[in-house]
Amino acid sequence: MRHLLTPRALLLASAIALAPAAWAETPADTLVVANDISDIITLDPAQTFEFSGNDVNRNTYDRLVDFDPMDMAAGFKPSLAESWEVAEDGLSITFTMREGVTFHSGNPVRAEDAAWSLQRAVKLNKTPAFILTQFGFTPENVEEKITFDDRTLTLNLDQPYAPSFVLNCLTAMIGSVVDKETVMSNAEGDDLGNAWLNTNEAGSGAFTLAAWRPNEAVQLAAYEDYWQGASAMKRVIVRNVAESSAQRLLLEQGDIDAARNLTPTDVDSLEQTEGVKIKDEPRGRILYMGLNQKDELLSNPAVIEAMKHLVDYQGITDSFLKGMFKTHQAFLPEGYLGALEENPWTYDVEKARQILADAGIEGGTITTKIRDLREYVDVAQTLQASMAEAGLTLNIEQMTGAQVLDAYRAREVPIFLGEWGPDYSDPNTNAATFAYNPDNSDEAQATGLLAWRNAYAVPDEMNEATVAATLEQDSDKRAQMYRDIQKQYQEEAPIVPLFQRIENTGLRENVQNWNVGGSVTSVMYHQVTKGE
Amino acid sequence: MGGTLLSLALTLLGLLLVTFIIGRVMPIDPVLKVVGDRASQAQYDAAYQAMGLDRPLIVQFIGYIGDVLTGDLGRSISTGQLVVDDIRHVFPATVELATLGTFIGVSIGVPLGVIAAARRGGIVDQVARVVALVGYSMPIFWLGLMGLLVFYGILGWVGGPGRQGIIYDGMVPDVTGLILVDSLLAGDWNAFQDAFSHIILPASLLGYFSLAYISRMTRSFMLEQLGSEYITTARVKGLSESAVIWRHAFRNISIPLVTVIALSFGSLLEGSVLTEIIFSWPGLGQYVTKALLAGDMSAVLGGTIVIGTCFILLNLLSDLLYRVLDPRSK
Repeated sequence: MRHLLTPRALLLASAIALAPAAWAETPADTLVVANDISDIITLDPAQTFEFSGNDVNRNTYDRLVDFDPMDMAAGFKPSLAESWEVAEDGLSITFTMREGVTFHSGNPVRAEDAAWSLQRAVKLNKTPAFILTQFGFTPENVEEKITFDDRTLTLNLDQPYAPSFVLNCLTAMIGSVVDKETVMSNAEGDDLGNAWLNTNEAGSGAFTLAAWRPNEAVQLAAYEDYWQGASAMKRVIVRNVAESSAQRLLLEQGDIDAARNLTPTDVDSLEQTEGVKIKDEPRGRILYMGLNQKDELLSNPAVIEAMKHLVDYQGITDSFLKGMFKTHQAFLPEGYLGALEENPWTYDVEKARQILADAGIEGGTITTKIRDLREYVDVAQTLQASMAEAGLTLNIEQMTGAQVLDAYRAREVPIFLGEWGPDYSDPNTNAATFAYNPDNSDEAQATGLLAWRNAYAVPDEMNEATVAATLEQDSDKRAQMYRDIQKQYQEEAPIVPLFQRIENTGLRENVQNWNVGGSVTSVMYHQVTKGE
Repeated sequence: MGGTLLSLALTLLGLLLVTFIIGRVMPIDPVLKVVGDRASQAQYDAAYQAMGLDRPLIVQFIGYIGDVLTGDLGRSISTGQLVVDDIRHVFPATVELATLGTFIGVSIGVPLGVIAAARRGGIVDQVARVVALVGYSMPIFWLGLMGLLVFYGILGWVGGPGRQGIIYDGMVPDVTGLILVDSLLAGDWNAFQDAFSHIILPASLLGYFSLAYISRMTRSFMLEQLGSEYITTARVKGLSESAVIWRHAFRNISIPLVTVIALSFGSLLEGSVLTEIIFSWPGLGQYVTKALLAGDMSAVLGGTIVIGTCFILLNLLSDLLYRVLDPRSK
């Protein structure tokens, strides 16, 4: 936490003190970002599951495998592991560790640290632990299942999973390699350093955590001994600014380099502003409509079919969701292995009316709960209008996000409108929640599965296909399997993917190589530079 | 004095009880905030127990009071840090803002009120009336955004949102938590200028609202005094008008005025939430609001204790000042 007062920083401060008191540009080696970071509740990589917490960990920790920010399409590539080998029976993967890499503490990064980090995450069993435990690891067996010797680390799996599936999961934050010695010297009781890592960092990433003040700012300082070379940006400061208009003003004035929560209106006006550019990147979040199968009307196949034609996809993405979302009617976001690009449904009230008439449905009323977030309410109201034209009445109750989520997890929301973001960069992340539900009973309490929340009894063959796809060793075949599942899903499922999120970042003209992580991961600063 | 303190302690306890109950009946699930949307039922249940929510309400409340008495305000679920540490960090930011706001409000509002009363119906009185009316009726977020747009965005006279320019962030050692004071203590004149350029706009905005209130109250107190007999006597004795107003009448209104100012300061401490949000000011108002929306009751109760105690202390203080200022109480 002492990086703030480095000689360099002091030099910088005195240089600025001598400059005229105008509100000058940000320093050339400092990247200043405005973002709503109030969602950070912990920085422990075995626990973080929020956007802003992941943003921090993405840059302070390394993982065995990782993405190249300059070539996201390439997928995972070697990082702390320089190579790996899959056993012939597919039941184990052995990684060879890169040598000469050090943690921020100066300790060398060893196979032992990597193995311990994964074991630790399984033992702590915080929310994201399932990303690892789905390979058969439990707190009891993990020490036998994840083994290491001098330079290698071996994962012993319970089934011959597709290697791409395992490796994709290791790119998630829970795969971050932490400095065992540093963490254990700060452990309290048997918490494995969880309390300390909530507010501190023990990684080997491109940046060290210089300061985190909740709801205020996160400061990162470049790690000079980083194995991939020190970053051009010596400091990264993420300032908590929630208001879009305030972010816009800061950007126009040159007080920040990047603004990450701009409304479409502010994006429009910044596009006309000199010295500022807008970068659009599709993110992984899918806005979908869940039709609860406990509702008699909504469980009618004709109603499900009709509802798909009652969403004004084009109208919505051209008006109030302009620039924030694009139409996307499959559950895998663009950028994922096997993502389906076809959008089969069009807005067609006449057709919907016909489908309902053919099925003998004359009117009907649905009362639902919608989160009081502008975009969801707007979508709901548009839907309400087109449903009315087809003879269906939609009553909307607005509630806070927490209230709706509560009801949704209790299977009590008839028509759910909301977003789902992937948990890791493998297609199984969404397939396993949209298209998998082995036990649809109330007692199953499978609250993590979207299919269960909507009481969608996924057909057996789709459940099986979802599992089979995780075991397919051939990537091309695997991709085809996901495309087939999505096609079947589009035909019959009562959960209807509508749009994919686009993030618009407002940037100063000189900021280059900005990357918020595409649809698969979080923001990366190592490659960012600021030109003239 | 002992009785006063006891009744104050009971007030605080009542305040906590009400806040606690509101927090528990609010339809917000704090466990979901901790474990997130993706948690399994088992993880949810584990967190529910770890947070002590499975115990009866009254047991939770008594446990909480016990903790408070030993100086433990618990851990915030929305920041992951000890509430005591959080408050130690956010409260000075609010105090700094509210103090400067009140200072501006008093230094303009009091003279304005006095002059408005002395020249009743005159131009100053009319101006004061309009100023107060606008202050009462203008939405603060709108004024705040306009202020930012004009003075920061267009004219560039003041710093933008936040307490400090980004390059000064963390440069001044944290002694009191009040950046204006800390930068002076560190002898860093540039950091002081920077901090001042950031605080002046939100403080003026708050100052404006408290000035609207203070000037109206001053005016009515003053009118009451000016109509009384001793003033007529003083005038008959041939005292100059300014001596009559400032030396006689003003001295008499200074007592109720102290209460008005204390109350106005108290309301700025608790009520500057919107200002803090618009100006990204990391203060107590913003902290408690966010905590409330997250169902983070340790943080909300911690904030309540601080604000409650402040009001109680301000009341005590104005009581004491009363005694000092009012010759009859000696």
